[in-house]
Formats: sequence, C-alpha cells, structure tokens
Amino acid sequence: ICDVPDFSLRARPTGSLTHSLSVPPAIAEIAEKMLTVKHKILVLSGKGGVGKSTFSAHLAHALASDVSKEVAVLDVDICGPSIPRIMGLDGEQVHQSGSGWSPVYVEENLAVMSIGFLLSSPDDAVIWRGPKKNGMIKQFLRDVDWGDLDYLIVDTPPGTSDEHLSIVQYLSTAGIDGAVIITTPQEVSLQDVRKEIRFCQKVKLPIIGVVENMSGFVCPKCKNTSQIFPPTTGGAERMCEELGLRLLGKVPLDPRIGRSCDEGRSFLAEVPDSPAALAYSRIVKSIQEYCSNLLTEEQRLD
Amino acid sequence: MSDVPSNAPEHCPGTTSEKAGKGSACQGCPNQTLCASGATKAPDPAIAEIAEKMLTVKHKILVLSGKGGVGKSTFSAHLAHALASDVSKEVAVLDVDICGPSIPRIMGLDGEQVHQSGSGWSPVYVEENLAVMSIGFLLSSPDDAVIWRGPKKNGMIKQFLRDVDWGDLDYLIVDTPPGTSDEHLSIVQYLSTAGIDGAVIITTPQEVSLQDVRKEIRFCQKVKLPIIGVVENMSGFVCPKCKNTSQIFPPTTGGAERMCEELGLRLLGKVPLDPRIGRSCDEGRSFLAEVPDSPAALAYSRIVKSIQEYCSNLLTEEQRLD
Repeated sequence: ICDVPDFSLRARPTGSLTHSLSVPPAIAEIAEKMLTVKHKILVLSGKGGVGKSTFSAHLAHALASDVSKEVAVLDVDICGPSIPRIMGLDGEQVHQSGSGWSPVYVEENLAVMSIGFLLSSPDDAVIWRGPKKNGMIKQFLRDVDWGDLDYLIVDTPPGTSDEHLSIVQYLSTAGIDGAVIITTPQEVSLQDVRKEIRFCQKVKLPIIGVVENMSGFVCPKCKNTSQIFPPTTGGAERMCEELGLRLLGKVPLDPRIGRSCDEGRSFLAEVPDSPAALAYSRIVKSIQEYCSNLLTEEQRLD
Repeated sequence: MSDVPSNAPEHCPGTTSEKAGKGSACQGCPNQTLCASGATKAPDPAIAEIAEKMLTVKHKILVLSGKGGVGKSTFSAHLAHALASDVSKEVAVLDVDICGPSIPRIMGLDGEQVHQSGSGWSPVYVEENLAVMSIGFLLSSPDDAVIWRGPKKNGMIKQFLRDVDWGDLDYLIVDTPPGTSDEHLSIVQYLSTAGIDGAVIITTPQEVSLQDVRKEIRFCQKVKLPIIGVVENMSGFVCPKCKNTSQIFPPTTGGAERMCEELGLRLLGKVPLDPRIGRSCDEGRSFLAEVPDSPAALAYSRIVKSIQEYCSNLLTEEQRLD
C-alpha cells in the first residue's frame, strides 16, 4: 500500500537536464540547483521523538567544525520545526534577494533553512494538509540560495508520508547520498523504524546506517546504568543484524543534551568529553567516510 | 475534506478545498471547471453519517501532541485500560496514526486482523469491554510500511469513523500522530457534527517539546476543540539504586507547569520515567496492572480520575441545559 512512483535515485545530473522531457520542471530545476552540493544526507525515523533533529543539528555542527567545509541543514518538518531552537536561531527571519531566499547562518560555513524562520512567532501553528507542505518543500529546494555546499543535511518529521515522498521525489534527479536512520532501543520504536527502512528500500534510497539514541542512562551520583527504554527485542543492534544494516553507534541519555538543545548550543562543544559526545564523533566519522567513499566510487566509474 | 478524484493531478487540493479548481495543480485537470463552480464544496455526507454512528458514543476524547515520542499512544492505551477496569463501562481506542501505528503493540494485539460483517468492520477486543481499531490490523505484517499522502490517510480515517461497528460506548479515545496536519484536521472535521468532549495534550518537560505543544494548543483553539488538560510525561527519573532524581529532559523553561499557567490550562499531572513503562508497552501489557503501586501508575490514576470527572461534569452540564 504505497503512493511511491518508480523514481530511480541512481540517476546523476548531466548537462542536458533542462532538455529532458520526462523530468517534471521543478525536479530538473532542483537538480540544477543541487549541482553545487557535493553530499546530500537525509535523517529519517519512522518514530517521533527519537532524536532526529538533535542528530541533524549536531551532525551539521561536527561537519562544520572543519572550517574549510560548507554545511547546511534543511528542516522539512513543517508542523513541528525544531531545528531553529536547537541551533540557537529562534526568532531569526529569512531574507529574499535576487538569487532567491537566503538561509540563516549559525556560523560562516553553517547555514539553516526551516519554516520556523517564516513564522511571526515560534508558537504559530502551521496547520497545513499535504499538498501545501509539499509546495513548501519544493520551494525550499528550488528557491533557497544555498551556494556551494559540501554537505546538505535534511531533517525530516517522523513517518512515511507527504514530506518523505516529496523530498525523495524532488531530489530524484539530483540524487541523495543516503539516509541515516535514528531509533531508540525499544520495540515500539523499532517497529516504526522498520517501516522507514522499508520506505527507503521502496524508493531505492541507500541507508548509510542506524543510530540508536537514548541507549542507557548512567546515574550521575552512583554510576549505575539504567535501561530506561529497554531493548526488549535486542535493540537497534539486533535489528541491524537482521536487516543487514550498519549500526553506526549507540548514544546514551544525557541530560546535558536536552539542556543544550533547549539553549540552542552544540553539546559537542559544551561537553566534548562526555560519552554521548564521543559516541556522536565516531558516528560522524563513519558518515564522512561513507560520503568520501561514494565520491571516490563515482570518480572511479566516470 | 480532501477528496481527490482518481483522475486528478498530483497535488490536487481536494474537491472540497477552498482551492478546488483554482489551485496551480488544477490547471489542465478534467474536473477543473466543476470544482471551480463550487458544486463540489457541499458538506461531506460522511460527516452526517459519522454523527449518526457516534450517537451511541457518550464521550469522545482526543489525545494530541505537537511533538513525537512524548507518550501519546502509551497514554491512550493506559487511559483506556483504566477506564475499562470498571467492567460496566464500554471503552474503545481508535488509532489514527496511519504511518506509525503503535497501539496494537502497546495493547498486546500485534498480528490481529480486522473482520468485516454485515454491520461493518469489527474492532479487535482486548477485553470484553475494551475494543481497538488501528491500521495496524489491516497490514499483512507489522513491518509493512504505509506510504500514503494526505488524501489517502484522510479516507482511511473517514472509514474508521463511519464503518467500524463500535456499538454502544461510554468512551472513545482517539490516539493521533504528532503534528497539526491531515490526520488532525480530518478527525476534527469528520467529528464536527458528532462533537468531541475534549483533548488531552501530552508533552515532556523540555522547551523543544513545549514549542511544538504550544502549536497543538493553537490548533485546538483554532478549531474550537476544548482542552481537558495537559500531561507531562518523562518528568524526572529516580535511580533504582541510589534513589537520586535526575531530570533527563530538563524543564529549562519551567516545563508543562509554567506553560499551563501562561496559557490558562489545567496540568492534569506529571508522570516520571520508569523503565517498566517501556517494557510493558513492548510486551503489550498494562503497566497499571503490572506495577500498580509505582509512582508512575499512581500519577496515571490521578490523571484518569480528573478526566472522568471532566467528562461526567460535561454530561451533567448538557443535561442541565436540555
């Protein structure tokens, strides 16, 4: 039961995009725009509240810590855009110029776009049905002046619906390097995450790997570890074994993560030696290696 | 409200939308003239049919949150268990989370299937007086993905309300996905004649959650849906070893308590984190029955009582006005 048309994501842009009659115009325009973006990464989960936006924001911070890299985050969660808050950009507004919409800059080499920047107040509700959300996503991809990017990270809402189909379809010619799937250890999460994995398989979106958040909590007082969200069916580890996916890492619960997100600061910078920050760093490294291997492979095939 | 004909183009706004016939997606559609004439904007007959069906349902409660993963389904399931513990009451849960239906798992009904009869679809029974309906029961496997755009999801929700043979119910609890989109608009619109007693809003303490939850509250205000109150989940964790309390999701801006003060809403209660909740949910058992003396279970019981009082006050008020 699926609304998915048969778009192949392995198509790479050529010089004759705009002459291709079979590609809808917006998709061709977006592919043109994306020629200056080296790597596109989707952050997905079937389940809500597992840490997608937290992960997207901190992946971006980590990649941008190399000041020679240009990084951007595109937040396509239209109803619940968390990225502005998490990246300390609440209240910022988007500006239009001749070359399109300007994203908001966290750092010189770190740009962000979110519907949050188009609201008068962060509490304003965006009560839109699917078609309107799709239109917004198309605009984000086509009309934002991203410039040259090494990495574009796309943060998504939970589910397998309009936003997910649209982002995959609009980027079908441009191509997506892969998806990072976020989960927490319990079966109620994994059940939804397996659906997201099925979605990726159906739309032929490669999966870079899986991140298990909220993976245990160490009491700051007595150092006892509690599994607050118990991995009753083996957690992400077993799911990855069963589905032949790579477990990129497990990140423990740490109250400082939630605090940093609320305060719009990177916890990688705030508590760089925490087990959570170290876990994130290893995960980011794996993603960087995946992306550069992909580039090497494409160059080898050319 | 988003009926999309089979010959409509992609991004059809729906024949009953304000944009029907006038949107950019409508150009070239064979139905464009008809839609633009306004002929398709008559009220959806399903709304009246659903109101008829709902005459045998005393109380309808929506469980909402702007934020994902805060415990809506957990709360819906356990509210249902608690209400159904009075065996003289008939209770049902309707799960309108089409993409991520958690209710079957949480209520121990994974793998169950729905049956059709002359009087419509039969829901699945957890107990004699506790029925459940979810798209989960229509899948061949719990891992099957439902990859649908809005209009198809809306159609499913309409069917759930119109075609399920609920029978006489004291309480119908509707579990929703996070957000303020198709599912939320549809459930409110399809029940607009039947009426909804109110919504319970679920959150966790941190500002990133509250920010989304305030949007949900705005949604309720916009559609004139009364808010019964707010539940704050994951409100602290007591280490089982040393009993030290940690605020794992710190209420940096005052948590649900301050939000409720600011918005004039009732804080129904705060439920602490407890690993036994997650375990019970995974195993499809009610933690209210498994660990009835836990702080979490006691918090839930008080919250349920408040909701029962709200509903019976509403009934008394309606009777007084008649």
